[in-house]
Amino acid sequence: MRDTAISVEQLTKVYRINRRAAGIDRITDAVVDMLKNPLRRPTYDEFRAIQDVTFDIPWGEAVGIVGRNGAGKSTLLKLLTRITAPTEGLIDLGGRVGSLLEVGTGFHPELTGRENIYLNGALLGMTRKEIRRRFDEIVDFSGVEKFLETPVKRYSSGMYVRLAFSVAAHLETEILAIDEVLAVGDAEFQARSLAKMRSAAAEGRTVLYVSHQLHTVTALCSSAMYLDKGRLSHYGTVDGALEAYRESLASFRVEQRDASRREGTGEIRFDSVQVTQQQQSPTDDTVVVMRLPAAPHVPGSYFVSCHVEDHNGATIAQCDSRAVGEWFDPEQAHEVELTVRGLWLKPGTYSIKASVCQNGILDSWEAADVFDVLPQYPYPVQTSDEAFKAGLVLTDFSYERS
Amino acid sequence: MGRMIVTPPKGLSLPRWSEVWEAREVLWRFGLRDVVLRYRQTVVGVAWVIIQPLMSAGVFTIIFGNVADLPSGGMPYFLFTFAGMLGWNLFGGVVERSAPSLVANQSLVAKVFFPRMLVPMSSAFSVLIDFVVALGLMVVLLVVFGVNPGWAILTLPIWVMLAVLLGLGIGLAASTLLVRYRDVGYVLPWLLQLLFFATPVAYSLEAVPEQLEWLFTINPLSWLMESYRWALLGLDAPPLWQMLGVAGAAIVVMSAGLLVYQRFEREFADVI
Repeated sequence: MRDTAISVEQLTKVYRINRRAAGIDRITDAVVDMLKNPLRRPTYDEFRAIQDVTFDIPWGEAVGIVGRNGAGKSTLLKLLTRITAPTEGLIDLGGRVGSLLEVGTGFHPELTGRENIYLNGALLGMTRKEIRRRFDEIVDFSGVEKFLETPVKRYSSGMYVRLAFSVAAHLETEILAIDEVLAVGDAEFQARSLAKMRSAAAEGRTVLYVSHQLHTVTALCSSAMYLDKGRLSHYGTVDGALEAYRESLASFRVEQRDASRREGTGEIRFDSVQVTQQQQSPTDDTVVVMRLPAAPHVPGSYFVSCHVEDHNGATIAQCDSRAVGEWFDPEQAHEVELTVRGLWLKPGTYSIKASVCQNGILDSWEAADVFDVLPQYPYPVQTSDEAFKAGLVLTDFSYERS
Repeated sequence: MGRMIVTPPKGLSLPRWSEVWEAREVLWRFGLRDVVLRYRQTVVGVAWVIIQPLMSAGVFTIIFGNVADLPSGGMPYFLFTFAGMLGWNLFGGVVERSAPSLVANQSLVAKVFFPRMLVPMSSAFSVLIDFVVALGLMVVLLVVFGVNPGWAILTLPIWVMLAVLLGLGIGLAASTLLVRYRDVGYVLPWLLQLLFFATPVAYSLEAVPEQLEWLFTINPLSWLMESYRWALLGLDAPPLWQMLGVAGAAIVVMSAGLLVYQRFEREFADVI
């Protein structure tokens, strides 16, 4: 008998995509297909979402799971929370796993706040006794006591999210799995939620936290895993995982150059995205040149959006062409130049994520190009680095005495 | 609580009953949700439960009792069909409501883990409540028509349970198939309707021509209907083998439903 919170041995999850049966979602079609080709064995395309992953998580750890898009973070969490079954390997859980993959799962708009607390609590694995015992705490934490008998469809979205998170935050399971729910709610509520998760770990419970935002992992977790294409390439300190994440940038860029591996429907894909100045000083404008092919078969016009991301994957700025009224006609090829003005970036490495969108995403090219901001500080006085450490960006500021 | 070992799914396996038992609160909350929604949202909610079997029984009385002039074992035709509808609605209602339940709750299935069979199972709650309401009406009708069913009424809970089990077995299998093949949702109501007319609900076995009788003798649902009328109206009891047969069929159908469900359960989140 082990005494770990979670032990995983050679865990593999393969998604099989039936090539021939692709699109067969009617039983009549399935029967017809079987009658037509009674002897043919189905052929599958295999997609290995998780490959041969082994680890032990001791009690009381808050483990961050980081990785780039499609690395298998969410799949791993789904396996550990038993939402989906493994293809190979073994998961050994030391206690109940409470999951919070999306806030408000199981909330029904017509039910009142009180009814939803009980329903949601039960779904998340609480017994009636547990819910009853924590009921007042849940209501207090959410701050919706006045509206307990109101159907949640009349709640503001903030109230809804707060109530949903409160139920989940009061789960008494030994292991708690969370997928980026902290992105919701106002700042105060986020702070309270962070505190709640810290205290959960302090009580000796184990917290699993999946995130794209590396800075929240730093703030919250005592150890971290870095997943790369379904493999566990680092498990240990948070800094080590972040290091692995940064180091993977080069290989990730090569991969993203292959348009078929990028997200989006692919109806229009960038030919190229380039930052004109690979090295710049903090106050320089950043100029990005994008080339887009003509795609006459695509109806309607489209817009583009460029994100400036720092080396931890946090988005520093979003430059959406909709905001400046620019839409593009797919009939013609376009060469578009984006100039980002008035953004004082801190010294370091940045990447551009460029997307083509209509109603959905047509192309999303992560780390399409990178550039360095040189270690110069645009201030009149040279001082210690301490003066610039906090903050995501630099800014033009002055102090005046009155 | 001991450690929980998760391994890849193997061919056929039984559900982990201890886990289902531990999650019983989910069953209760889902059932409660369905009942609350049904009766809170619609003003006609309660009325509908009474009106539906009353109207159906009325129409069948006119068609089969008056137009076709079929026999009804000496019972008022209306009472005769109403008793049948009561039993049929229990079975059909469970099938009808449990079958789409997994797809209707797909966001849950894809996002949280709990024994998913509780979703189709919980739909039996609201059907049972409907049954109780209709049963109250049945009692009134018995008094009005002055019919005394006798001690056989004591066996009613058995038939209620068996009807629910039969319905759940089919409902479980159908809800599982529906996850993969959405058109099952179109085929099922049609099959249910065929089954309704192939089963002596709105007419009695007496009216069946002799050369076709075997068709009804092999239909477990007609055994069930006969048992219902025996219990509710005090009509002739079906042969003992048929009564035991209903129980046997319920167990077989329920087990088959569970097997189908269990075979696909762990793929739900990947398919939905």
